This record gives sequence, C-alpha cells and structure tokens, in this order.
Amino acid sequence: MKLTHIIAGTLGAALLSTTAMAQERGRDGNVNVIYWQAASILNPYLSGGTKDIDASSMVIEPLARYDENGNMVAVLATEIPTPDNGGVSEDLTSITWKLKEGVTWADGSALTAEDVVFTANYCMDPDGGCQQLSKFGGVESVEALDDLTVKITFDGPKPFPYGPFVGSTTPVIQAAQFANCTGEAAPTCTEQNFGPIGTGPFTVTEFRANDTISLAANENYREAGKPAFATLTFKGGGDAASAARSVLETGEFDYAWNLQIAPEILADMEAKGIGTVLSGFGPLVERIMINLTDPSADLGETRSTVANPHPFMSDMAVRQALSMAIDRPLLVEVGYGKAGKVTCNVLPSPAIYDSPNNAGCEVQDIAGANALLDEAGWELGSDGVRAKDGVRLSILYQTSTNAVRQDFQALIKQWWTEIGIETELKNIDAAVFFGGDQSSPDTFQKLFADLEMYANTFDGTDPEAYMGNWACSEIPSPDNAWLGGNMPRFCDPAYDALIVEMGGTADINERARLAIEMNDMLMQSYTIIPLVHRGNVSARANTLEGVKLNVWDSQLWNVADWSRAN
Amino acid sequence: MSDTVETTEIADDRKYRSLWGDVWVQFRHHRGAMIGTVVFFTILIAVAIGPWLWTIDPGYANIRVRNQGMSLAHPFGTDQLGRDMLAQVLQGGRVSIAVGLTAMAIALLLGTLIGVLAGYFRWLDGPLMRLTDLFLALPLLPLLLVIIMLFRDTLRGMFGPETGIFILIVFIIGVTSWMQTARIVRGDVLALKEREFILAANSIGTPSKRVILRHIMPNILSPIMVSATLGIATAIITESALSFLGLGFPSDFPTWGRLLFDGTQYISQAPSRVIWPGLAISLTVLSVNFIGDGLRDALDPRIRGR
Repeated sequence: MKLTHIIAGTLGAALLSTTAMAQERGRDGNVNVIYWQAASILNPYLSGGTKDIDASSMVIEPLARYDENGNMVAVLATEIPTPDNGGVSEDLTSITWKLKEGVTWADGSALTAEDVVFTANYCMDPDGGCQQLSKFGGVESVEALDDLTVKITFDGPKPFPYGPFVGSTTPVIQAAQFANCTGEAAPTCTEQNFGPIGTGPFTVTEFRANDTISLAANENYREAGKPAFATLTFKGGGDAASAARSVLETGEFDYAWNLQIAPEILADMEAKGIGTVLSGFGPLVERIMINLTDPSADLGETRSTVANPHPFMSDMAVRQALSMAIDRPLLVEVGYGKAGKVTCNVLPSPAIYDSPNNAGCEVQDIAGANALLDEAGWELGSDGVRAKDGVRLSILYQTSTNAVRQDFQALIKQWWTEIGIETELKNIDAAVFFGGDQSSPDTFQKLFADLEMYANTFDGTDPEAYMGNWACSEIPSPDNAWLGGNMPRFCDPAYDALIVEMGGTADINERARLAIEMNDMLMQSYTIIPLVHRGNVSARANTLEGVKLNVWDSQLWNVADWSRAN
Repeated sequence: MSDTVETTEIADDRKYRSLWGDVWVQFRHHRGAMIGTVVFFTILIAVAIGPWLWTIDPGYANIRVRNQGMSLAHPFGTDQLGRDMLAQVLQGGRVSIAVGLTAMAIALLLGTLIGVLAGYFRWLDGPLMRLTDLFLALPLLPLLLVIIMLFRDTLRGMFGPETGIFILIVFIIGVTSWMQTARIVRGDVLALKEREFILAANSIGTPSKRVILRHIMPNILSPIMVSATLGIATAIITESALSFLGLGFPSDFPTWGRLLFDGTQYISQAPSRVIWPGLAISLTVLSVNFIGDGLRDALDPRIRGR
C-alpha cells in the first residue's frame, strides 16, 4: 500500500515535471507567418488595413474578442458584462468592465483602468484621425472607477455596447507610452506606432515597415507556458500565390493569410500534402465602390470630395446598368470556386442580417442594362461608347494588384463594353492601395478613380459599426486626412437617421430590420455593387497546431495557443 | 538595302566595291548573325501582320473555353479567362518590340550625342562623363518605380492610358540606358581625334560641326550599330521586368512581360502559358544579340575579309 503510494507519487511528480517541461514558454522555437500585404504600422487606431490590425493583435489586446464561432470571450476583462450580471446598466446607457488582476504590460508595469481610459480618449480625440472612431460611436465618457474597473457611458441607450474594446480593432494601448502621441501628434510617433508595448503574447523586437516584423515571446505574458514559440517572424510582401506556395509547396512558412488565388491552383498546391487550406465564411464581401464625386485631376484640392458631384456616376441609371451587366455566378466560378458565393448584399452575414430584397442581381441582364441606359438618354456613339450632353461613359476602374482581381477586371470590362461603357483598368500594389499613406495618390480612401474594387469585412458579429461606415461624417476628405470608410462618398440624411435609430434599439430582430433597411438603401441606390461573398481562405503547415481560422476577428487571435506538432 | 546588295554583288565582279557591300558580304559569312536576322525579321513580320491574319481579339474573354491546351482553334491554348494566347502573344509582341525599338533610338541618340561631345570637346569631357557616372550609379528599377508613380497620372491625362504609359516607359528606359553607348563613343572619338585625317581637316580650318559629321561619325558607326542592337534587347527585357512586377501597362494590355507574369501562377497547370511569351522574349533578344555580334565583325575593317 505504502509502496504503491510512493510509486504513484513519484510517477505523478515525474508526470507533472514533464508536463511542466513541455509547457515551458518558447519551447517550439520560431514560427513564420506570411501576410502578403505587409504591415505598415502596428497601431490599429491609425490604420484601417486588416494586415495591420492582425499584426498588432499579437502585441496589443482588447478587453474581449470573438472566438472562431463568433462568441465573445473575455481577454483582459474577467468576464463579458451583460445586463444579467449587472455589467450593463438596466437603462442600457453604460457598461462596466472589470479587468483581470495581475495583468502586466510587456515592460513589467501593471495594466490599469487608466490605460483603458487613455485609449478611449486617444481615439476620440477630434484631431487624431482615429480609424476606429465608429467603434466609439455614442460614447459620452470613459472613466476609471478604480484601478481595475472601467465604466463606459453612452449618450443614450446602447443596446449593443460591445463596440469599444471588443475585437482586435480596438485594443488597449499603454498610457505611459502614448502619453505624448495624442491628437495631431498621433501619426508622428513612429517609435510608438511601430513598437507598441502590449499585454499580448508577443513583443516587437524589430519593425521594418512594409516588410518584416520580428517578434519575441512576451516574458510577462499572463498565461504560463504560452506562447509556445520563442520568436515569430511576420513577413509581408509578395503576392497571394507565392504566399500559398511558401506554405503548401515549399514549407518555408507556417501560416499564410488571405490566399485569394484561382481555386484550381490552390487545390493543386494542397495536394502536395505539406499544408492544409482553411476556409470560413464571415461577412467578407468583394465589392465595387462607386465614386459619387468627381475624381478629375483638374480639380486639384477638391478632387474626389463632395464639393463636385460626379459627371455621370451621380445618375442612378448608369450605376444600375453597371450592376446589371455583371454575371456574378461566373465571377464566383472563375475566382473563388468553393470559397465564394454570389451575393447581392454588402451585408450577407450573419444570416439574420442578410437582406432577401435584392436577389435580382444574381442574373446577368445585358439587354436590360442597355435598355435602361437608352431610356436615361445615354446615346450610343459611333465609337461604341455612350454619351449624353458631351459626357462620355468612360470610367477608370482601380483595384489592388492580384491575379483574381485582374481577372475580374478583365471580365467586367468586357461586360461593360457590351453596354457601351468604356473602361480603363488600373491596378495598384496592395501595400500602397491599402496603405493609407497620406502622400500617395493611389490609396483606396482617396479613390482618384471612378470606381474601385476590394473586399472588406468587420470583426465581431454586430454590423452596427460596419453599416456606420456609410454615414455622411465618414466621407474621406483632405479635412480628415483622408480617413474614414465611406469610399463612395454616399451621404443621405435618411441613412444617418437609421444609424442613429439602430444605436438606440436593443431588440435583435428590430436591429436586423434596420440593418437590412440600410443595406437595401445602399444596394437599391447602386452606390455599392456587391460581387462575391468571400470565404476567408488561409493555409497552415501541417506541423502547426492550434490554428483556428477566425472570420469574426483577427486571424492571429489565438496565436498564444499555437504550437509545433512533434 | 536589298537593292544595294544586288548592285554591289554585280559590281563585285567588276572589281568595284562599296563599304556596305563589303559589310554585307562579311555579315553573310557570320552564320549566327544570319540565323538571328532571319528569326528577328520573322518575329517582326509575324507581330506586324499577325493580328491581321489571326483575327481573334486578344482581349476577348470567351469564358467557355478557358484553360485550354493547344488545339487547332487555339494553337497556343487559352488563358484562365478564355483569351486566345496566340492573339495575345502577337499583340504583345507589337508593344514589346515597339518599346524596344523606340527606347533604343532614344538611348542611341542621347548616348551618341553625349559621347561625341565629351570626346571631341575637352572642356565638356569632365562634366559629361561625371553625369554619365551619375546615371550609371543610379539603381534603375527603384528609379523607374518612382518615376512611374510620379508621372503616370499626368501622362495618362495627356495622352490616354496606353499611349501615356508607352511614352513614359520608352522615355525612362531610353534615358537610363544611354551610358554604355556614350562611354564607348567617347573612347572612339578620343582615339580618332588624334588621327592624321582629323588633324588635316582641322588644319585647313574645317569647323567642328563639319569635322564631327563628316569625319568622325562615319568612323564610329560600328560601335553605335552594335550598341543599338544590344539596346533593343535591354529595352525589351526592362519592359518585361516592369510588366512582370505588375507595373507598366494596364493589366488588360498584353505585352510579353505581362503574359509571362500572368502565366507564372499557372506554370504547373499549363506550362505553355509561360513557354510561348518566354520563348518570344528569348528568341528576340538572342537573335538581336547575334545580329549585333555579326555587325561588329562586319563593320571592323581589320576583321573583315578574314
């Protein structure tokens, strides 16, 4: 009896020590992640690019985030506040977050409620040009009740109070580090923006903008034994095909993000057996954004601003004809295969928000589009291009450099030629197009073209902030340093009223009705032309374990749990 | 040209020989150069009249026949959107070769002008050669990227998308590839300047302009011709590199470099996508280099006749 005890005890101790050994932080060496759009900044408050948000999500963390099923999980908070547990006030005007005890920043100092308050004020500073301002919509004040309690008060009932500090777009930044970087100084703080001190599993050791980020395990990370990797290399640049190849064929990298390449190529690569393709459907929609303002270079400062309406895109018949001429099922087949679905909505997911009212776009109608343009007075000229009052329907169509997008451009150009619209194609390097560089004329915010194509999504499951992108106040212009998500420069008081109404509605079905109504306003005015509801496609090496493809948040959301298979 | 050949050959019997006759005779003896000439002119003719004979629109996407291999209907196959590869290679060749020839002409003009001025006028030698060194030291590709970013929109507005980019690309390839020509020409002019016939011309008071045009230019023709042929090859390759990087012409405007770039993704599924444009680039560049080689031998009086 005694002997068995001793044996069991020794065995147990041995077992414990081996597990402790196995659980040591940094045991699995290096992991290589490739994002073919290189990160240019590690501060999501100054960048709308997914690649920047994902990269920074390894370093700085929000209070709560979404898991792979779209459920909220607490990160820096102890639990998700709800009306039931008293975290959300009964009148829905405030939410109180409790921070976990003992969480420290990578530099060893303690995370306090003051950091959260600072972050909110940092983003809500009117001079700061914060990219995530829509997440803070309706926030009246953020205050620290004590060292570990933060109360966010809204200017009215906020039925979905999980905008600020939920998801990777609104992480908590360190007040001590960013103290001198508020307001207009925000973009000038290079050191802070390139190397934020965070609470996440990794810390930045070297940041080379638009190239490579070297990260090392955060020695002060709150969970023992995590992350499993001592270092992480976040490589940017190249293109989707070479990224896929580097994971699926050569094995140089362990994880590749956003593999937007022709489906037959991807299937061939996966057949090599080195890696696995992952896919999941979130709210990602490939769309065409129509510029309702005049992008003519002659206008100088007021180019692509609301000061000058577009000479022909302001005619709804033209926009509708552009949409009708597109064969969406074919685009899905050519570009995405199983990783895409036809959609007629800019908000196709989650299912409750998917509008049933626009299904007509699924069928191509060249004849109908021609008839529509005839009726609107656009006469077909001898050169095959329609014109009215000396204005020719000649458009510049820009997108990022990507093989599938260039295929889409070629096909769509052909269909538009058939309805008498001349199209000039332009493609811009993705790092520039999505880079948000103020000095570049080629960013997607500036939209110095008649229309542009790209995909966008939102994190989390609530579309309020996403739909808020098309408010009048979100129009990019020189006044707000070309920040904001309203690329079409759409402005309708009725739409803005719906945003306000949604902000005050708690019932989920009522919210769905409002979201659908907003979606329909955008669709039926043909301001945004949705093309394909895209699955997120990524790839991981077969030796990499713990990867859970998350379509609701940063794809690197659980990088702390990644490990190497033995 | 061919007329001259006929007459010189007849004249040969009568013991009358001209410079170009001699050159041609020598050139014909260079087997590589002859093959190169035939290949190059075949390609030239093919891209010049090809699109008239092969009437499929290179931009037309016939989606029902995408990703096809070689067949009678599509001898080079089709791409992922069902566009005919033969039509695209022919159309692309027009652009690539036009870029090559035009950029070469610009580079040659600049190179010869600067080389002759630097070689003939002592006081211009220093500044012009330092300028040449400066250009040689510039990294070409980053420079091209910056220029394209800065001027693309302006030129697009002035000349339309295709012509605008054509002018831009031809111009930047031209102004960044004249340096070798300039150095070679300067060296030759320096040597020629001290020769007796130039001294004689100077001593009877011939103005500089006339000395250059009458006495120097014909004697430096050989290096100029050779760098011209090499320049065509360089320009085609530079344009291909730009298109390969996804810059340069719009994505629906086929050039050999662009076709190669688009095809690389499908290299394992459809190798013909990269073989045909790659072959076209290689053959053109190779044949032009052989022509240059043959011309150099033929134009050198010390080698001629051996």
